[in-house]
Amino acid sequence: MSKNTLSRQEFLKLMLAGGAALGAGALIKNAGHALEGDGHDPHSPTMESDHDMHDGNMTVGEVDLSAFNPTEFLEHFDWGAASTLPDGRTLREWDVYAIDKEIEIAPGVFFPAWAYNGQVPGPTFRCNQGDVLRFKFSNGSGHPHTIHFHGIHPPAMDGITPIVKTGETFTYEFEAKPFGLHLYHCHVSPLKRHIHKGLYGTFIIDPPGGRAPAHEMVMVMNAFDTTFDGGNEVYAVNTVAFHYAKHPIQVKVGELIRVYLVNVTEFDLLNSFHLHASMYRLYRTGTRLDQYEYTDMVIMGQGERHVLEFTLEYPGKYMFHAHQSEFAELGWMGFFEATERSD
Amino acid sequence: MNTDSPQPGFKLPALLQGLRPLLALGLMLSVFAFGNPLAMFRAEAPPVESIHFDQIRVVPDGFRVTLTNDGPTAVKIAQVQVDDAYWMFEQTPSGEISRFGQVNLHIPYSWVQAELHNITVITNSGLTFTGTVDAAVLTPTPGVKEFSAYGLLGIYVGVIPVLLGMLWFPAMRRMERKWLGSLLALTIGLLVFLLVDTFLEATEVAEGVSGAFNGLPLVLFAALLTWLLISAIGSSRGENKGPLYLATLIALSIGLHNLGEGLAIGAAFALGEAALGSFLVIGFTMHNITEGIGIVAPFVPRDDKAATPKLLVFGGLVLLAGGPAILGAWIGGFAYSPLLAAIFLGVGLGAIWQVIVEVTNLLRRYAKAENTPLVSWHNLVGFLFGLAIMYLTALLVAI
Repeated sequence: MSKNTLSRQEFLKLMLAGGAALGAGALIKNAGHALEGDGHDPHSPTMESDHDMHDGNMTVGEVDLSAFNPTEFLEHFDWGAASTLPDGRTLREWDVYAIDKEIEIAPGVFFPAWAYNGQVPGPTFRCNQGDVLRFKFSNGSGHPHTIHFHGIHPPAMDGITPIVKTGETFTYEFEAKPFGLHLYHCHVSPLKRHIHKGLYGTFIIDPPGGRAPAHEMVMVMNAFDTTFDGGNEVYAVNTVAFHYAKHPIQVKVGELIRVYLVNVTEFDLLNSFHLHASMYRLYRTGTRLDQYEYTDMVIMGQGERHVLEFTLEYPGKYMFHAHQSEFAELGWMGFFEATERSD
Repeated sequence: MNTDSPQPGFKLPALLQGLRPLLALGLMLSVFAFGNPLAMFRAEAPPVESIHFDQIRVVPDGFRVTLTNDGPTAVKIAQVQVDDAYWMFEQTPSGEISRFGQVNLHIPYSWVQAELHNITVITNSGLTFTGTVDAAVLTPTPGVKEFSAYGLLGIYVGVIPVLLGMLWFPAMRRMERKWLGSLLALTIGLLVFLLVDTFLEATEVAEGVSGAFNGLPLVLFAALLTWLLISAIGSSRGENKGPLYLATLIALSIGLHNLGEGLAIGAAFALGEAALGSFLVIGFTMHNITEGIGIVAPFVPRDDKAATPKLLVFGGLVLLAGGPAILGAWIGGFAYSPLLAAIFLGVGLGAIWQVIVEVTNLLRRYAKAENTPLVSWHNLVGFLFGLAIMYLTALLVAI
């Protein structure tokens, strides 16, 4: 009997203990707020500095500019070695070679490229309509390559055949036509890889009499797939991500600016060029001088290229970037910096 | 005949004989370290790199990421992306990360509450590695309020249910003899459920462990060692183990399981993957109540010589079984590490297995004494009930 009495007392004690514990459970309601994360948003008024949090879309550090400087590339045009032919036409000659080269596309990010004349993009070839062009191409790369030019020329000079193997040479010779903005690139299969790894460049044929004097620059929209999975990790104009954001292009207020814009981005169907705070005249392919659109945004597929002309009316920084925000965030973004003319 | 004639040849002392292979190994290693006999294999191959995201903490001004280099070569992080956008970051310590080296990244970023964010690092050679914040909520930092909150969580989910389950003890004492066996079988059923549950939880956690550490084998070895350890402790006590020993063992294994449960819940809250609702707490209470029943089951058979244990003993068993849930919630909430979690769960796995063995032995002895088969219909019903209750209440707490 005593045993049962004890167990009843024990039972009651246990009940009391349990009740106390349940009472303590009520406390959890208050403390529970700590577990719900109390909806803390970085934008709540208690945040002291959200300055850094929003300005951070940038790469950290600087590439080695002595290896390749996009600012120098921007305004460099290669007219070749000129001479006059017996029939009066101008002959322009270039020595072009292809090599394997590791390039720095973002600070600390290296890409195994194939490069015409050791640079990506390749040199900007420029000539006048009617010139005779002679490109002596030597292949110093471990893979076979060609040079395929956009423009009008005999199919034998088209860069499809012959395929130039390692150590071989081939001379492309044709008359420069039509005037406009064109491009060149390798045309060996597999095509994606031969273009994407850096074998491309700009080819400009000036119209008779040339274009109006302007501050001219070349912009090649390109991108790099560093993981070789068919998607690009780095986007840029002229190879280095965010270069013109860190080193704004210096221009003068009111001067005529002419951009030779080429799209060779692989894997993404479209790219674009959007200019802030201004509008440009868009000469599609640069093949007509009398027809243009007036816009601040143009969509371009791979192989499309246009001449853009504009002036910047006010001093300050004008951002330009792809309007595909993803490309802009991954490096295809820069600034023009316009300063007043000193005179 | 001189039987002590010296052995032919020169016999080294035992110590030097032990050192001989080590010297040979050292020689071979130095050949590889200072020479380059495998140059042919390494010539043009790109580096094999691997980076493991140990932890991503969501802080008021952005993210703090802890990374380990678990690949075969040193690695340098060149840039960082958040949601496919290059973003400024600070790395401490800066520079190249050596093998098994660990670094911290601080990324000031304006994260959006409860939304998914991907953090990608890109190395020198262009390879990318990504960690994901499934739902961005501020990672709890240990303060008094947070400690008590997570502590109370552990009490509510671990201690109280076990306590409530134990309240059935007086009623169990009055059960008819034929049902006592099924009570033990119910305990086995619940333990089997816990075994499977813990194993699955452990495999999931092991996936978060860096490959170099072999998460799943670690779990299994921890389980194996724990089982053997507890067996060794038990065998040193001799054959006749009283009900207190068995109850303690059950409480210990349940405690280890609850540690794992606390870890899971704490981590889930810290990562913003769970919402504290009454439903969740009630669910856990019902799920863990049967654990209380299982712990006191060994005391129920009246023919055991030991008298009814004191209240203090019951209290101790409650703390042993439920207390680890508090510890688990603290660790899971503030210091979650998949490696530690995997080890804890492995230990729990081994403990539960050992207890299943012990309780089955007890049931077998009991059945023999009652002259009934081990797998009788009564026992089978008990086993089924144990499994069923655990399974059904588990539905309520699917976090």
